[in-house]
Amino acid sequence: MTTLTQTFKVPESIKKGSKFSFCPGCDHGVAVRLVAEVLDELNLRENTIAVASIGCSVTLYDFLEVDSLEAPHGRALAEATGIKRARPDKFVFTYQGDGDFASIGMAESMHCALRGENVTAICINNTTYGMTGGQLGPTTLLGQVTTTSPTGRNVEYYGYPVKIAEHVALCDGTAYSARVSLDTVPNIKKAKAAIKKACEIQLKGLGFSFVEILSTCPTNWRMSPQQAHNRVREEMMPVFKPGVYKDITEKEL
Amino acid sequence: MTECLTKTSKKVLTKGNYAIANAAVLAGCECYFGYPITPQSEIGEFMSGKMQELKRAYVSAESELAAINMVLGACSTGAKAMTSSSSCAVALMQEALSYAAADELPVVLVSVMRAGPGLGNIYPSQGDYNQATIGGGDGDYKLIVLAPATVQECVDLTYKAFYLAQKYKNPTVLLADGLLGQMMEPVEFKEYPYPEVDNSDWALTGAKGRPGRIIRSYAPLADNQCEFLKKLHAKYKLIEENETEWEEINTEDADIILVSFGSPARNAKSAMKECRKLGIKVGLLRPITLFPFPSKRISELADTAKKFISVEINMGQMIRDIKLAVNGKVPVELINRPVGNPPSVEEIVERIKKESEE
Repeated sequence: MTTLTQTFKVPESIKKGSKFSFCPGCDHGVAVRLVAEVLDELNLRENTIAVASIGCSVTLYDFLEVDSLEAPHGRALAEATGIKRARPDKFVFTYQGDGDFASIGMAESMHCALRGENVTAICINNTTYGMTGGQLGPTTLLGQVTTTSPTGRNVEYYGYPVKIAEHVALCDGTAYSARVSLDTVPNIKKAKAAIKKACEIQLKGLGFSFVEILSTCPTNWRMSPQQAHNRVREEMMPVFKPGVYKDITEKEL
Repeated sequence: MTECLTKTSKKVLTKGNYAIANAAVLAGCECYFGYPITPQSEIGEFMSGKMQELKRAYVSAESELAAINMVLGACSTGAKAMTSSSSCAVALMQEALSYAAADELPVVLVSVMRAGPGLGNIYPSQGDYNQATIGGGDGDYKLIVLAPATVQECVDLTYKAFYLAQKYKNPTVLLADGLLGQMMEPVEFKEYPYPEVDNSDWALTGAKGRPGRIIRSYAPLADNQCEFLKKLHAKYKLIEENETEWEEINTEDADIILVSFGSPARNAKSAMKECRKLGIKVGLLRPITLFPFPSKRISELADTAKKFISVEINMGQMIRDIKLAVNGKVPVELINRPVGNPPSVEEIVERIKKESEE
């Protein structure tokens, strides 16, 4: 008889017995797990203060076994600034949606990057306001139908979607800005590497680090999980191109 | 300016705004986050130099929204942190104050009132009595509100603001006005007189050897929210019982009691003295805490006094709380200036003469 060993384990940084409350096929669960794995691998769990923001991302604190603060909508990086300035020895990261980061919180987000605050921001871009039922957000694609763009996003009424990682990369205080996707296993591995890199940059004290994660919202997109991942690949990735937009450590290599 | 203001047993002549800033430093404020607005900009100017000199945290925030949220972030770690602002900009902070109340964070906000509504102007005003005591944020919450009337009190109540915020884990406002902020008086900076409050059972420090702590206001289940609000309001009741503070002069035999807070209370006190010389029995009750408001004492005094007069620099805001306390037992009148300098001593005396003849 062969003895089998289970090698796939729940990360230490995930609360024991917690069950993700995300919809089936939503990438939040994958993203939260990747963050937890990185916290484990860098041995950060016991020195972390996380900032959860408003939207589906707020539930982060229900799943991670770390100290967490809930920020008002859009203010996560202002709160992270306050935490890091008060306690520079702590590892501080935010976990936000695109609406939180790049619409209501655009000022707080960009100024945090411009100041070069030594914190890490993870932003889930799913092109919609998920928790409120799928309204048009800052990253909603041109032509995309939402509950507040019933005939699709047009420039005349709604203007253009924001390319977050590119804008963050333009800030002098940004040390690292990348966009990743969770549509395939190889891309999930790349996403984890980017999250890890962003965290390491904070540990080295190099400045603001940022990872935008292209993510699904099957419920509000009215799609199956498979269809939703196809949409990420076919519709989102041509506009929001994955890649590293800034990495000040590259010069060192 | 930063040179002369150190802990001293000697009196120094200083402006209200500098007095507040220096007192905050002496109270152990570790972090200042702010955005400029007249008539309180000296606070941020002073802090920008002093905090860097002391290697404490200072950020010129991109907005008042950001500034107050930075304070929330810093406070969540157990640090003493503050911001300062004025009227139309304090309006921008209401959301975060509601969160701070719900999160039970010891936020300190210095609010140096100017005239509103809207942009208004930079003259002194007390138009934000309601903003501070009732609030513009969502939900059933209360801020502790302290109201200095002298530059010395700007110092003493800044110390107290940090202490009460920590003691009750409740956002606390030092509510001054443009007159106090810009006024110079001799003050003494004594040692911070309060004990340090232990926050090791709630502050976010990293979950070393323990489960993660969550500072949150989001309570998706109605029952949770009911329990939480009951607990929060039990705390407010405790604050009312323990911390209500006021100054009271000549009230025992008074027919007319003036009620006034902040800078107009100074003229009210002078007017009271003038009236006493004229044989009119006038007393003064000066609330020092606006929440908790000295309602119980006013209610008691309403059994003996014949009339109350609220003296304010606004269209009559505190008068509502006086009326609630008096509860119809005797009339409550208003002597006010909508904005600018407080009602003059002569103006108050003349009005009292008229009221006492009725």
